[in-house]
Amino acid sequence: MTEKTTVEVPFMEVNSELCKGCQLCLAVCPKSVIAISDKLNSASYHPAYYTGSDCTGCGLCFYACPEPAAIRVVKP
Amino acid sequence: MKVYEKSSAFFPVFERKTGPAQEASHYCPGCGHGNIHKMITEAMEDLNLTERSVFVSPVGCSVFGYYYFNCGNFQAAHGRAPAVATAVKRTNPEAIVISYQGDGDLAAIGTAETIHAANRGENICVFFVNNAIYGMTGGQMAPTTMIGQRSTTTPLGRITETHGNPIKMAEMLSTLPAPTYIERVAIGNSKQIMKARKAIRKALKNQSEGKGYSFVEILSVCPTGWKMDPVAARDWLMEDMVKVFPLGVYKDETDNVDNGAWDRTFAPYEPEKVNVYLDQLKSQVGDTQEVKLPYDLQCKFAGFGGQGILTLGLFLSQIGMRGGQEVSWFPAYGPEMRGGTANCSVNVSATRIGTPLVDHPNVLVVMNQPSLEAFEHEVVDGGTIIVDTTVIEGRPDADRLNVVLIPASDIADEVGTPKVANVVILGALAAATDAFSMEFCQDTLRRVIKKKSLVDMNMEAFRRGYEHVKNGG
Repeated sequence: MTEKTTVEVPFMEVNSELCKGCQLCLAVCPKSVIAISDKLNSASYHPAYYTGSDCTGCGLCFYACPEPAAIRVVKP
Repeated sequence: MKVYEKSSAFFPVFERKTGPAQEASHYCPGCGHGNIHKMITEAMEDLNLTERSVFVSPVGCSVFGYYYFNCGNFQAAHGRAPAVATAVKRTNPEAIVISYQGDGDLAAIGTAETIHAANRGENICVFFVNNAIYGMTGGQMAPTTMIGQRSTTTPLGRITETHGNPIKMAEMLSTLPAPTYIERVAIGNSKQIMKARKAIRKALKNQSEGKGYSFVEILSVCPTGWKMDPVAARDWLMEDMVKVFPLGVYKDETDNVDNGAWDRTFAPYEPEKVNVYLDQLKSQVGDTQEVKLPYDLQCKFAGFGGQGILTLGLFLSQIGMRGGQEVSWFPAYGPEMRGGTANCSVNVSATRIGTPLVDHPNVLVVMNQPSLEAFEHEVVDGGTIIVDTTVIEGRPDADRLNVVLIPASDIADEVGTPKVANVVILGALAAATDAFSMEFCQDTLRRVIKKKSLVDMNMEAFRRGYEHVKNGG
């Protein structure tokens, strides 16, 4: 996912290595566009990921996430 | 374009954190600290305060605050963060000082510091992270643990009868006149988080404007300690915890306080008045007359309370002060006003004094037998020991020490009252150490003895002590 292709629409992205799989972002997402991966990251957590569409860029997941750098949200 | 991302007030990489994953926090999944750290860093960055900020970490999981906050950091002992923050703020008034504390830290061991920092209206921010449990140490009951809540130390649930009720810090502190802003917020859902964000921002803004003490209690979670999954923990916080700890503003004087009203950049008293007062104190002992000491005096005076031990120390300090020396006087005594043991340490030095304590005196005065036994061995080799032989039967080691024996109480009695035995000793001390002349001492004593009717008796007592030594005991 690069900004070049998504700069026109809002999106969120998860750094899957920093995510601890707490699922708080899923709980607050008004559009339910975040899901949990089947795969484990290197810290043995199932990280969250963006399903790819319909993010409004509201930023609620960013504030719900306890990790400083796991979630980034861009709202053009 | 709006981008929500890691604030620049965080370190880009948490290099102070050991082990792998130096971009991740050390907190458990779902921990509230991370959310609150993010809100604080965001506010620091947005208000342009990062460079001026000093973050005081408590004891608890957030003890590692210095891993994350890209600003000044202090690590306080458990509960002492508001005291440390006070010192940092007072010595660096331009700094933005954040005291970040948990409930065990702030509401248990640090209750006193918390209340008094608030009561003084220190211009600091206190962020109180209340998760109703001791998280780091394994989920023990905290002062804020709720009735019925299970913890490792209340496995059947907290009960009022034996554990008291959960303590409500925001409510308690809001009864004090000094604090400017007190609010309780939570991080259970997005709505609460947005309110918490605002409160944190407001607290920092208040401090930057010199508006005084701001206290934000943030109801947080400990999924690990609570033994809940992160989402359930937030739900429990949102539904149950807020019933015990109602959210809201408990005090807000922000709009009624002028900018800078709580800055402590000014001197509390006018410097001129302080100097006049100090000059008055100094003039009581008379004009300074530089004296050259043969050596710095490190004295310990010991005896029973009521023998004038502490006064003896004061007299010597005043004589030394008038002689242009650095002096210190440090009393140590039991709770009894009369009859208990008492001692004091006195330094008279040509150079600045580092500590007022005297562990190894070069002059020891003992006015009772227990003091001889307690302190003789502490005297440095070749040091002087002055013994009131009227009241002490034992004799010090004359091979090791310069022993001055003087029946001080008998002499004082002959002069008029045994109460002046301390001044007899002072005379002996002046003579034995060759530190001060009789005239100089007597002249100083004449000025500092408050009851003028007693001056003559003291002059005589001093002379007798002085001459007793000069005439070879």
